[in-house]
Amino acid sequence: MGGQVLLIEDEPNIIEAIRFILSRDGWQVHTHSNGTDAAQIVRDRAPDVVILDVMLPGRSGYDILRELREDPAHSELPVLMLTARGQSKDREMAERAGASRFMTKPFSNAEVLDAVRALSAQ
Amino acid sequence: MPRDTLTGSRIRERRVLRGMKQADLARKAGISASYLNLIEHNRRRIGGKLLLSIAEILRVEPAALTEGAGAALIASLREAAADMPQVSSELDRVDEFAGRFPGWAQVLADSHSRVAQLERSLETLNDRMTHDPHLAASLHEMLSTVTAIRSAASILAEPGEVDAEWQARFHRNIYEDSARLAETSRGLVTYLEADETSPLETGAPQEELDAALEKAGHTVPELEAGGDRDAALSALGRGLSGPARGLLRGWLDRYAADAAALPLDRLRPAVEEHGPDPAALAAALGADPARIMRRLAAMPPEDLPTPVGLAICDSSGVLTYRKPLPDFPMPRFGAACPLWPLYRALSRPHVILAGPVMQVGRTGTLLWADALATPQAGPAVNADPLYQAQMLVRPLPQGADPPATPPQLGVACRVCPRESCEGRREPSILASARR
Repeated sequence: MGGQVLLIEDEPNIIEAIRFILSRDGWQVHTHSNGTDAAQIVRDRAPDVVILDVMLPGRSGYDILRELREDPAHSELPVLMLTARGQSKDREMAERAGASRFMTKPFSNAEVLDAVRALSAQ
Repeated sequence: MPRDTLTGSRIRERRVLRGMKQADLARKAGISASYLNLIEHNRRRIGGKLLLSIAEILRVEPAALTEGAGAALIASLREAAADMPQVSSELDRVDEFAGRFPGWAQVLADSHSRVAQLERSLETLNDRMTHDPHLAASLHEMLSTVTAIRSAASILAEPGEVDAEWQARFHRNIYEDSARLAETSRGLVTYLEADETSPLETGAPQEELDAALEKAGHTVPELEAGGDRDAALSALGRGLSGPARGLLRGWLDRYAADAAALPLDRLRPAVEEHGPDPAALAAALGADPARIMRRLAAMPPEDLPTPVGLAICDSSGVLTYRKPLPDFPMPRFGAACPLWPLYRALSRPHVILAGPVMQVGRTGTLLWADALATPQAGPAVNADPLYQAQMLVRPLPQGADPPATPPQLGVACRVCPRESCEGRREPSILASARR
């Protein structure tokens, strides 16, 4: 283990909890809470795995992901999308935008951990 | 379409009930047994004297043998069957079913309309879930908070090392988040409770209004006597949902204004002289023909020489008022037949379009329709008016020449047998029944 995870999420207590469990598992976690410049932050940090919330201030997670996928350098980047709506429509939108995995809130810590491990192993 | 094909079945049923042999009944009625057999299988029409004598032999009222189940009931049953094409109902025997088991048929028809009502409520609720920004934001906030609490709580609960400082931090986060969750959920409950429409209970407000007006016979004696609108509202509006009461209030306000402008005392002698003819009455009374149509529809039956029906629609064609006639049914919901003069009036406002009409596939009774579109409100500055159309339906006036080919129209596409029609929107369940 020991890769780099970039967590893009605007809910401070979710950030804190996910950061804690991933750090304890040996990951280096960076966080970002704004949608507007999130894509640029991904390029700058070049993380191994991105956890991306759909509802972000400034810009939606779908838009950010679409922009990343258009860039050949990030077409294969593992991205775990988080959403508060589990409707099949949202899952479809996430898949179309190019999400590697999709998780609905409320999720468990173990699920996040498993997902990040699986994504980084790909 | 719903011509009575069942008299024979009813004769057979009554005969069997009385334990009488076919040959005996035939002999007593003075016909051959084979002819009676054809009648009983609805292959020969029966009427007149023979029907009367068979009714007498079977000791039933002739009407009990001839009166078919209501056309509305048959139409509902057909709709119910059309909605479940995978179950091949015996559509060709729908008359027989409704005639033999009127109670069960009514249960089926009512259940079907209840299902349709619930489906619409569900759509409404679904729309609300999807499009109500407040609800969506509240739910999102709640789910986010629940996620944060769950994550922090499981860090504390599950095995794994958590040092004291982090423990304190997660405890504090859980505490804060739970307070926030309580606040959001309280707000959500208040929001949901404040919305007093309960679509699951009541169906569409327009349907509630239609039912209330039908129950009241479309006439409000309190308002005819110059009574208080609020008293009428509380009498007629009992048990209605908030939105339906709102519609009823608007309807009663218009009724009160109409009744004040054209009281029954003034209207009655004019109707006696001219009949229920909106144009003639308008000229005689110097009144707005649209108002006269509404007044005619609100007149007690004993004051009218012939019954009248009335349909009112807004500019979108949605029926906002319906008072059907037995020979001129109107769809309970959804749009009516686009051939109705009611809709033609919308494209020719301020002209009374008068002429004979006939609903296809019914008893073939010729009726007369007067349709007129007028602005909903008075003239406004630099603004186009919104029109509404009204159509009064009445028996063919005396002296009017019946046309050689009366303009045929339907109730609504689904229950209309006219297959090649330029106005057709969707296939008819009657046509599919024939195939």
